[in-house]
Amino acid sequence: MSAPASPPTSADAHAPVPGHRFRRRIRKPWRLAAECAAVLIALLVAFPLYWMVLSAFKPAGEIRSDRPVPWTLTPTLDSFRRVFAQQEFGRYFLNSLLVAGAVVLASALIAFLAATAVTRFRFRLRTTLLVLFLAAQMVPVEALTIPLFFLMRDVGALNSLLSLILPHLAFSLPFAIWMLRGFVKAVPEALEEQAFIDGASRTRFLWQILFPLVFPGLVATSVFSFISTWNDFLFAKSFIISATENSTLPMALLVFFDTETPDWGGVMAASTVMTLPVLVFFVCVHRRLVSGLGGAVK
Amino acid sequence: MSVATGGAKSRPRRTPGPADAGGPPRARPARPGRPTGGARRGGWTPWLYLAPALVVLAGLLVYPVYQLGLISVLDYTQAQVSGGEPTSFQGLGNYAELLGDPQFWNVLLATVVFAAACVLGTMTVGCALAVLLTRVRALPRLLLMLAALGAWATPAITGSTVWVFLFDPDFGPVNRVLGLGDFAWTYGRLSAFALVFFEVVWCSFPLVMVTTYAGIRAVPTEVVEAATLDGASVWRTWRSVLAPLLRPILIVVTIQSVIWDFKVFTQIYVMTGGGGIAKQNLVLNVYAYQKAFASSQYSLGSAIGVVMLLILLSVTLLYLKLLRRNGEEI
Repeated sequence: MSAPASPPTSADAHAPVPGHRFRRRIRKPWRLAAECAAVLIALLVAFPLYWMVLSAFKPAGEIRSDRPVPWTLTPTLDSFRRVFAQQEFGRYFLNSLLVAGAVVLASALIAFLAATAVTRFRFRLRTTLLVLFLAAQMVPVEALTIPLFFLMRDVGALNSLLSLILPHLAFSLPFAIWMLRGFVKAVPEALEEQAFIDGASRTRFLWQILFPLVFPGLVATSVFSFISTWNDFLFAKSFIISATENSTLPMALLVFFDTETPDWGGVMAASTVMTLPVLVFFVCVHRRLVSGLGGAVK
Repeated sequence: MSVATGGAKSRPRRTPGPADAGGPPRARPARPGRPTGGARRGGWTPWLYLAPALVVLAGLLVYPVYQLGLISVLDYTQAQVSGGEPTSFQGLGNYAELLGDPQFWNVLLATVVFAAACVLGTMTVGCALAVLLTRVRALPRLLLMLAALGAWATPAITGSTVWVFLFDPDFGPVNRVLGLGDFAWTYGRLSAFALVFFEVVWCSFPLVMVTTYAGIRAVPTEVVEAATLDGASVWRTWRSVLAPLLRPILIVVTIQSVIWDFKVFTQIYVMTGGGGIAKQNLVLNVYAYQKAFASSQYSLGSAIGVVMLLILLSVTLLYLKLLRRNGEEI
């Protein structure tokens, strides 16, 4: 706020600046109102998540009550037990983790190399490639389910985890490259010159100097690849048809949901299990994410 | 425009080092032979670095897009998939069938209106909360940030199930609080769309809020102070000072929202049970999916996909044009 205003209140009382006191008085209640609004909105935004976790712990009787209350006095793990007792839920969880992990690792490495190429080098078709990477982000994934289905069938990947990893890798790459560009660009070129003068090879510069410097950006990018892969249920639904041992979490969730009378306790417990890893991941890296977006917005 | 890039851009200029000797990329003279700044041109090196990305994208993105186009001009149903009948070339027959179908126009209209509403809602909520964030102290700000991060991180599918449960006519708290009795949100066309709208705005406003907030923080405080001193209201400050300054950021997030909201699939599919009662809540994406995988009309589904692709492509071109006009260097 206005720096000269901070000194003593006595100066205020004598009021050499007439407009100033007026503003002071008007600002306090306004700020208080704004803060109350902010807290209220925060509660409102957080409420669905709170309700999800709460319902996961509520006993069945309370969930199916006509007068739902926002608390429970008898928390129980029954819903979780039901979820984990469901056929191979743990396995679905592992599958989801495996697919998302593979996509994150592969896309981070491949995108890092590609982003380096388009920011640190000048070559023909560079701008064309960049525009293509941008355009690739607009491709509606769902529309491509049809040709991808036939492609996976033809290479014999249908029903395997590979049929989930490969398409997600392809769909997360363009955005990852586009986003990493800002981070690679931010590394001063002088550093690169210096490395070459010191006799470092191009490979050495790439992995020992550039890679650690760009790592925060890689983390931010990975959040997006992880989330889009973890969240996917369309490919899981379309490509894993007969080999249910290769299904992922969303399918397990839908088992509870897709009926005339959904088992809400089970749905909420499964939702909690599915949301938690993303939430933890997100909160851990959110600072990097926010600064990373600054770079990507460019 | 943003914090990170501003620093990155000015840094090489301030450092009197070998980088300056090499000159900024734009100033490179069109001179053949070895470039002065070691890494400017690497011959085949950039292509080597690009190779894995290009292979993956060619195989899993470009080729499927080509296939999509191909299937859309063929006669491709269950009979052809199983190999029972040979595929035959249809020309634009599938498109003609599609454009002659009133349901398609109905769905297209619904998609556009729904996406527009979502974008508008997301941008309004996101920007308003970003401004609010600048006017409160650290604790309320942290609370709102954390809540928004939670909404942002929630997978679309769990977000959908939770919102359906919240609005459940029998056991949900929303109808109790609003006194709506056992009003079933998913029965009516508008109310079902409204329900999905709430969920979409809930999970997509945080990106807008966080990005816009970061943008506002990068605006020098004196600018906003001056506006306040001159007696500008919050709205006026936003309209006449902040919004023009944040234009590049706002364009990026708007276009991003347009693309996401136009492609909404999971929410509609899960919340309305695959497109709503009597298909009243179909959007293009779900429509294409249902045509292909529920009724095995792969050609029609692909044709819808191509239409979506073309619409999004024009949005992309608009985006590039706007970026160019802002003097962005790609």
